[in-house]
Amino acid sequence: MKKTIITVIGKDRVGIIATVCAFLAEHNINILDIDQSIVQGFFHMMMIVDANKTDKDFAELAAQLAKVGEGIGVQIKMQHEDIFNVMHRI
Amino acid sequence: MTNLFEVQETNKMIEESNLDVRTITMGISLLDCCGTDVDDVCERIYRKITTKAEHLVEVGRQIELEYGIPIVNKRISVTPISLVGASCCHEPADFVKIAHTLNDAALKVGVNFLGGYSALVSKGMTPADRMLIESIPQALSQTQLVCSSVNVGSTKTGIDMDAVRLLGEKICETAELTRDQDAIGCAKLVVFCNAPDDNPFMAGAFHGVTEGDAVINVGVSGPGVVKRAIEEVRGKDFGVLCETIKKTAFKVTRVGQLVAQEASRRLNVPFGIIDLSLAPTPAIGDSIAEILEEMGLERVGAPGTTAALAMLNDQVKKGGIMASSYVGGLSGAFIPVSEDHGMIDAVLNDALSLEKLEAMTCVCSVGLDMIAVPGDTKPSTVSGIIADEMAIGMINQKTTAVRLIPVPGKSVGDSAEFGGLLGYAPIMKVNPFSCEAFIARGGRIPAPVHSFKN
Repeated sequence: MKKTIITVIGKDRVGIIATVCAFLAEHNINILDIDQSIVQGFFHMMMIVDANKTDKDFAELAAQLAKVGEGIGVQIKMQHEDIFNVMHRI
Repeated sequence: MTNLFEVQETNKMIEESNLDVRTITMGISLLDCCGTDVDDVCERIYRKITTKAEHLVEVGRQIELEYGIPIVNKRISVTPISLVGASCCHEPADFVKIAHTLNDAALKVGVNFLGGYSALVSKGMTPADRMLIESIPQALSQTQLVCSSVNVGSTKTGIDMDAVRLLGEKICETAELTRDQDAIGCAKLVVFCNAPDDNPFMAGAFHGVTEGDAVINVGVSGPGVVKRAIEEVRGKDFGVLCETIKKTAFKVTRVGQLVAQEASRRLNVPFGIIDLSLAPTPAIGDSIAEILEEMGLERVGAPGTTAALAMLNDQVKKGGIMASSYVGGLSGAFIPVSEDHGMIDAVLNDALSLEKLEAMTCVCSVGLDMIAVPGDTKPSTVSGIIADEMAIGMINQKTTAVRLIPVPGKSVGDSAEFGGLLGYAPIMKVNPFSCEAFIARGGRIPAPVHSFKN
C-alpha cells in the first residue's frame, strides 16, 4: 500500500486537527498515524494516511488541502511517503 | 516508520535550502532519422522528438507535485547532429535547417533546452563535422533553445588543434551575431575534452552513440543543502567535515534516484544515470562559492580554494555513489561564474582570476564555465584558453569544458546580463600576451603516454 504524508505547520489555534480530519473523511482518506507537537506556539503535525481509496487525483487533493490550510492560517503539504523513505532509510 | 523529525528535515531542505532536482533529461537517438534529403530528415527528427518526449514535461510536473520536490528543468538531448546530418547536409545552411527543426520540436514539447547540436572531433573532422562547426554561429543566433557542444579532445586520442582553432573563431562569430543580447549565443556552446555520452546538464548534453534509443538521465543538485549542513560543524576537523558532506550528498542523490525511477517508469523509457553534481544558481543560498567560504575561506579564490574544492568534489561523489545504482555524466561540483553569486562577488573583489579558475578545474567536474571576457579578445586567444583546458582534461583523464563568452563592446569593469538561470557575469581579465603562432600551427596534439594501457 502506498502511503501519503500530510504535514501541517502554522500558528496554533482551535480546530486545526478537526478541519483537516473533516476534509480527509469527506474524501475517503483513512488516517493511519498522527504525530503532533507545539513548539514555541507553532503547531507541527504529521499524518500518515492511506489515500488509495479516494476518487480524486493526487494533484487536485493536494491543491484543495493547501487551500483548506490557507483558510485556517496554516501551511499544509501532501507528499508520497517514498521521498522520506529513500532519504532516511537504506 | 516515517517520523516527524525526518519529514521536517526533508521539507526544510526543500523549502529553506533550495533542494531540487536540477534536470530530467530525456536522451533520444536520432540515428534512425538519417536520410539523403534534408527536409525528410528534418521531418523525421521532428516526429521522433515530439513523439518520444510528448509527455516528458507533464510527467515531470506530476512527480514534482506528488513528492513535493521541485524539478527545475525538463530537457532533451539528441544524437550529435553532425552524424545525423552527415548524409543529407551539403552546406552549413542545411545544418542550420536542422537546428530550426530541433528548436521547433523543443518548443512543441515544452522543454527549456535541447542539446546535441554537436560534433565529436577528438581526432579529426569529417566534412560534415566541419560544416556543423561552421554553422554554429548561425544556428545559435537564430534559435533559442538549441544547445551546441563539440568534443575536441580525449585522453585516448589527443587534441584536434584544427578544431580548437576553428572553434576560437566560431565562438567570436557567435558572440558578434548575438551582440545585442551580450553574446548569449556563446552561453549555449561548450567545447569539451573527454565529453561523457550521458550528461544531462546543458549546454553540453548530447545523446551519445553508445546509448540506446531513448533514456532518462537525471541531474541532482543542492549546494544550499550542503552549505546548511556544514554550518553545523563549523570549526570541526576535516574528518567531520567530510563525513557531513558525504551524508548530505547521499540524501540528495537518493531523491534524484527516486525521481529518475519514477520518470522512467511513467514514461516507459529506461533509466540511464544519475549525475551527482552540485550545480549552483544565481539565487542566494544556492552557491558553490558559499560552501567553500563556509569551509573557512574568506573569499573563493583565496589560497586553499583548490584543496577545498577537491575535497568537496570527492565527498559528493563518495556520498552519492552509494545512493544510486548507476552514476554517470559529469558528477562533481560546477563552478560557473555567472550562475553563482559567490563567484561573481569573488571576481568583483579581485579574489578570483581566470588563472585560479583554471587551477580549480583540475579538481572539479567541468571547466571554465560561463566566463565573460572582453569583446576584443582575439580568436586565437580564445583557442589558446580552450587548448589549455583541453590539455588538463587529456592529461588528467577527466572531462573538462570551456564555455567562454567574449562580450562585444565590453571590457574589464563592465558586466554581461544573460537573465534567468544563466545569471550575469563581470568581464574577466585575460592575459594580454599572444599565442597566435602556437594556434596557427594546426594538426593535432598526440595522445599522452599514460593513455597506452592496452
